[in-house]
Amino acid sequence: MEIIYVYTRKRSKFGRPCSFSDRPAMVNVDIPPDPSMASNFVLRNPVDSYVQHTSDMSEHEVNTEWVEVESRGVNHVEGGWPKDINPQEVEQTIRFRKKVEKDENYVNTITHLGTLMEHCVKQNNAINIYEEYFGEEETTEVEDEPPSAKTINVIRDPNVTKRTATHLSWHPDTCKKLAVAYSSLEFQQNVKDMSFDSYIWDLENPNKPELVLKPSSPLVSLEYNPKDSHVLVGGCYNGQMAYWDTRKGGLPVEVSTVEVSHRDPVYGAIWLQSKTGTECFSASTDGQVLWWDIRKLSEPTESLVLDITRKGLLENALGAVTLEFEPTMPTKFMVGTEQGIVIACNRKAKTPPEKITSTYSGHIGPVYALVRNPFYPKVFLTVGDWTARIWSEETKESSIMWTKCHLSYLTDGCWSTVRPSVFFTTRSDGTLDVWDFLFKQNDPSLSLKVCNEPLSSLRLQDNGCVVGCGSKLGTVTLLEISSGLCTLQRNEKTLATAMFERETKREKILEARHREMRLKERARSEGQETEVEESLVEDPQEVLDRARREFFEVIEAEMQRRARAETQGLHGKVPGMAWTCNCSRDSLPRGGGQGSVSVFQVKSRAGDETAAQEEESQLPKDKEEEEEEKDAA
Amino acid sequence: AEVEETLKRIQAHKGVIATMVINAEGIPIRTTLDNSTTVQYAGLLHQLTMKARSTVRDIDPQNDLTFLRIRSKKHEIMIAPDKEYLLIVIQNPCE
Repeated sequence: MEIIYVYTRKRSKFGRPCSFSDRPAMVNVDIPPDPSMASNFVLRNPVDSYVQHTSDMSEHEVNTEWVEVESRGVNHVEGGWPKDINPQEVEQTIRFRKKVEKDENYVNTITHLGTLMEHCVKQNNAINIYEEYFGEEETTEVEDEPPSAKTINVIRDPNVTKRTATHLSWHPDTCKKLAVAYSSLEFQQNVKDMSFDSYIWDLENPNKPELVLKPSSPLVSLEYNPKDSHVLVGGCYNGQMAYWDTRKGGLPVEVSTVEVSHRDPVYGAIWLQSKTGTECFSASTDGQVLWWDIRKLSEPTESLVLDITRKGLLENALGAVTLEFEPTMPTKFMVGTEQGIVIACNRKAKTPPEKITSTYSGHIGPVYALVRNPFYPKVFLTVGDWTARIWSEETKESSIMWTKCHLSYLTDGCWSTVRPSVFFTTRSDGTLDVWDFLFKQNDPSLSLKVCNEPLSSLRLQDNGCVVGCGSKLGTVTLLEISSGLCTLQRNEKTLATAMFERETKREKILEARHREMRLKERARSEGQETEVEESLVEDPQEVLDRARREFFEVIEAEMQRRARAETQGLHGKVPGMAWTCNCSRDSLPRGGGQGSVSVFQVKSRAGDETAAQEEESQLPKDKEEEEEEKDAA
Repeated sequence: AEVEETLKRIQAHKGVIATMVINAEGIPIRTTLDNSTTVQYAGLLHQLTMKARSTVRDIDPQNDLTFLRIRSKKHEIMIAPDKEYLLIVIQNPCE
């Protein structure tokens, strides 16, 4: 219902002054309540109502535009000459100068200043106030700060489709430049617009690459030549090798021909020590290791097929995933394969089958990293599947030390260049671990989550303080680790040597024992077959009971022995070390004797139980073991 | 003549690489370096001296700048300022 009130006026009366008058209130509309309408409504009891006593807040995001900074220089040009003198005219300037020199004020001033200056010059010559005063004193003692690392720089892949940073190489001299190889290692996932470029970054300018390398196929590995810092060699995704000279720009100077190159991505490319500084070698998952001279990339100078049966057949060859070369041992090199085996080879062997000197198998998955310890060339680190293992060249059967199994794949690793007992590993959950096994063996000393995507490569700078990690989305993060982890501790070298030797000796002892056991077994099985048949006639249930009984006896004996050893060990058995290494010859038989306690390995009860089950199936041997143990004890 | 002597004496000291006299406008009156370098030094050091002097006087108006030494990795630049002129000496102090 509308309520309208109309007010009319004659037009001629517009503009006249208003005269207002009072009148009493008048009711215009009166609407009485209508109870019949109440039935349309329902009484609501209780009524929900809320009260909030917080201040209203609103969210805003502000991000400034990225400031582009460029370095420029200013060149000073002559100025300040009075108007009548032209600075280019030598005569005029000379005349002006002569005039000034005649001025008396000038003479006085200069004499005065001259004496002042002479005083200071003589002072300088007399004492060098900035000399190193307390140079002989050792720098501050080891600070007990917890190890830490901080990110100093993050370099992102400028392309839209991100590729994995598969390999990093630091510039050999300056350490301010980093060459990063980008490629996509996903199986058959070549996106159309994925760029093939790899970049050389200057750390001063992380937004724009210093040089763009344009290969014909994405680079999987990239290395600076340690002798000539302008030359880089790169291994491509399609198997070719290419080399660049940074003075000549971004296109490769030469590329190897496709027919003689590898047939799979070149995962490892390393420069060799040679007089000319132009030799390099490469390895790929097609099973070949090829040697090249970069002056002539049309064909490799030498090749080797990684066939461990030593027949040189490409079909049996193992695919190589990493390559390792130590400049101090120029004829030997090592290859880590997809099958988890590390092959040590000698380049100077006479016949191709002899080139493969030995193999080390220990990993379940591909060996992603293989590095020698820069202080102890006989010891090397391999990273693969879920563990990292340390090997000594002499023990071929198993590694001397290993880490526990992690939850995620380990993708890369390297030793510290400054401290012999520190090494770094990266994982596929984006974590960087720093291990210091003189300090703690079971866990990394420092575990840092660098990013959310898997980390694919790792490289330490030569000074040992800065480490670069490349991730799956092409982000390279540079971290500086705390000084505690990158300065050599006092007895570190001796302690590390002692530890390596001890572990190597332990492995050697185990190896010797296995050999003995195997020989004995062979002798027994040859001479005494009838005995074996007899024992099989026993009732299986009895056999089971006996095995169980014996097993528990062994366990108890071992526990007691360990308890005794621990109490002894706490009194500092090994001088100078706070940790003991129980070289107990515990032999829970698993054929491999890996049940021995090493301070590096975590042993659990679960392990014992599985061993028990296996034991039940190896009865005759079990008996022998028992006897041997009792003999030895 | 005296001026010559003074400057020659300074130049003859051990480690001294160069000597320059610059006037208040930044014009090199006398120098032992080539022109372009001198001009560069003149422009930059003049401004620096002005700044240093004003700093000293801001802190204490009674004070004034008597000498300015800039020690860098490679050498030491010594500046003796005056109202009208600047005497600049570059020395290599390491033994």
